[in-house]
Amino acid sequence: MPRESEPFKPPALAAALKEAAIAAAIAFGLFVLMVGIKTDQGPTGALVITTRFGTVGVLVGGVFAGAFLRALFGARIKASFDFLIPTWRTIAAHIGPYVPALLLAFALIAPICFYAVGNRYLIDLGILIVTYTMLGLGLNIVVGLAGLLDLGYVAFYAVGAYSYALLAHHFGLSFWICLPVAGILAAFAGILLGFPVLRLRGDYLAIVTLGFGEIIRLILLNWQDLTGGPNGIVGIPGPSFFGLPFNSSEKGFAATFGIPFSPTQKYLYLYYVILALALLTNWVSLRLRRLPIGRAWEALREDEIACRALGINTTTTKLTAFAMGAMFGGFAGAFYATRQNFISPESFNFSESAFVLAIVVLGGMGSQLGVAVAATVMLGAFELLREFDQYRMLVFGAAMVAVMIYRPRGLVSARTPSVFLRRRKDVPPELVAEARTESPA
Amino acid sequence: MEYFVQQLINGITLGSIYGLIAIGYTMVYGIIGMINFAHGDVFMVGAFLALIAFLVLVAIGITAVPLALLLVLLVSMALTALYGWTVERIAYRPLRQSFRLAPLISAIGMSIVLQNYVQVAQGARVKPLPPLIRGGYTVFEGNDFAVRLSNIQIIVVVATLIVMAGFSYLVARTRLGRNMRACEQDLKMAALSGIDVDRTISLTFVIGAALAAVAGLMFLLYYGVIDFFIGFLAGVKAFTAAVLGGIGSLPGAMLGGILIGLIETMWSAYFSIEYKDVAAFSILIIVLIFLPTGILGRPEVEKV
Repeated sequence: MPRESEPFKPPALAAALKEAAIAAAIAFGLFVLMVGIKTDQGPTGALVITTRFGTVGVLVGGVFAGAFLRALFGARIKASFDFLIPTWRTIAAHIGPYVPALLLAFALIAPICFYAVGNRYLIDLGILIVTYTMLGLGLNIVVGLAGLLDLGYVAFYAVGAYSYALLAHHFGLSFWICLPVAGILAAFAGILLGFPVLRLRGDYLAIVTLGFGEIIRLILLNWQDLTGGPNGIVGIPGPSFFGLPFNSSEKGFAATFGIPFSPTQKYLYLYYVILALALLTNWVSLRLRRLPIGRAWEALREDEIACRALGINTTTTKLTAFAMGAMFGGFAGAFYATRQNFISPESFNFSESAFVLAIVVLGGMGSQLGVAVAATVMLGAFELLREFDQYRMLVFGAAMVAVMIYRPRGLVSARTPSVFLRRRKDVPPELVAEARTESPA
Repeated sequence: MEYFVQQLINGITLGSIYGLIAIGYTMVYGIIGMINFAHGDVFMVGAFLALIAFLVLVAIGITAVPLALLLVLLVSMALTALYGWTVERIAYRPLRQSFRLAPLISAIGMSIVLQNYVQVAQGARVKPLPPLIRGGYTVFEGNDFAVRLSNIQIIVVVATLIVMAGFSYLVARTRLGRNMRACEQDLKMAALSGIDVDRTISLTFVIGAALAAVAGLMFLLYYGVIDFFIGFLAGVKAFTAAVLGGIGSLPGAMLGGILIGLIETMWSAYFSIEYKDVAAFSILIIVLIFLPTGILGRPEVEKV
């Protein structure tokens, strides 16, 4: 193809027109029935059709224009991006080390400011973002570090949420007692899932974990005596601050500290609880990566056969990865139950798993900072797109595909190296070149 | 006994539909070794296209059922095939050289896109279609239970058999089928011996999508109601069928489809209808543990 050998010379106009015409014809075929004809239930209950050929025209025109411009200028645009990448790398290298600290400071301080100006909405959004960050960090252990694609992660989230909800509902246990219990139960669920799938690799594993997630959801939905079925569990108590509840009573948090009561205090507190949990998850996974088990996970991700050859017990390695990931999912689930005060199987369907997986993938599998950035970007974008409610999942799915094609390493592609040299040394290029020429090969 | 025979008939009908979808999974897995997660949604798109084509035909005055059915089948197969081709071209072809999980993640994204695209375009409510093919036969009558074989069940099974026969011929006897089998054995060698691998893979997706469209039309006729979410469950079950029959094996996909259809129907009939999906998922897990190559599959030898 001439375009590839001479990237800056646009091909002839005719070729571009032809390419665009083909793309437009295909687009017409795709959209003519699905978009062009709308089916609605008429007054008698039977379906009636209305035509929307104007919309089809706009879409086909858009595809034509897009394909035409791409054929003409695609190579040039790509080249200019390639030109930008080294510049971006230099910038990233300079500011990179400060980013986590800045983000952490923002995460710590910002909610107090929101509280001061009385903006509960932003605190709620913050809670949501940090919850998903925590879920992402938990799944990151399974997918990013151990390389086991888990499509049923939401099952552990559900196990944690239902553990806390049921224990609080039936035995009146407090959040802080149930939190570790929920984590342990979720970890057991992780091991339970782990056992049958030990021998499976890659794609099979993904489908089985998906099936497992659906089984858990269907059980929650149908075991009405225990879980309340589709009605869920209501009236789950919120967490207390060392025994002080967040209400306007004499013994409440506000009265004890002599500050005026505000319902937002509870949400501020919830925010710091989940932030602490997320930081704990982050810290634990950072530490685990330095331990033999963490090294084994990353080795497993790279090559399972080599792992076996080196005498790593892949069974326990996989099981611990599942259990650790599930435990953090369970913590997050217990937190979700206490924040919502209400849970039902609705909240634990496959799209939730896909969403958490998307956070891990967009963040660049294995990068903890990436998970936090991706959670913020995605939930922020979801909030911004709130007006276009119908389209946001569409955009989200397309974003997953686009990231895989254009940035398969994720938005933050700088994965933290597993092994650090004791001292940073810059090897001058001359030395490398010399070594190369001297080597016998 | 009569009840059992009736469930057998229902199960085989359902299983034929699963089998048609399962072929799409098994072919793609056989050739490029990825689970086309969006295939269930391609099936759903096929069902929607069939529904819309029906309504259009009624609107322009073609109401003779056999002619309408044939036209709907052709239109929905052609357009669904176009969807299959587009999905492959956009979401999978650029990822041929990427890391192992990339196509699967991309496929999950594509599945979300297709679902929400149909939801945006056609609305989230269920779409009912009045039964087009009525009537049937009473096969035999027991004490107080008559075993019925409806015309629609006959059409589903016969259509499946015809499609399967045509498809088997295509794979076994034509040049394209030979190319597909060559690609399945070794992509690189196939390319070296002059087979256009990209084109073969594209055509595999096109054929898989066309078969899914047949399944979509059958589903629409059999159940009479569809929505944008039917692809997820049908897809997972069809994949289970493909795994059960032995992934990569075409007769296996059909066999697995019928087994899954029977298991699901029998489970609903004799145990509990609420847990029928749990049964299907459990089968998937059990098969993968004890029979990872499926019933008719070849063992996969892992080489370093």
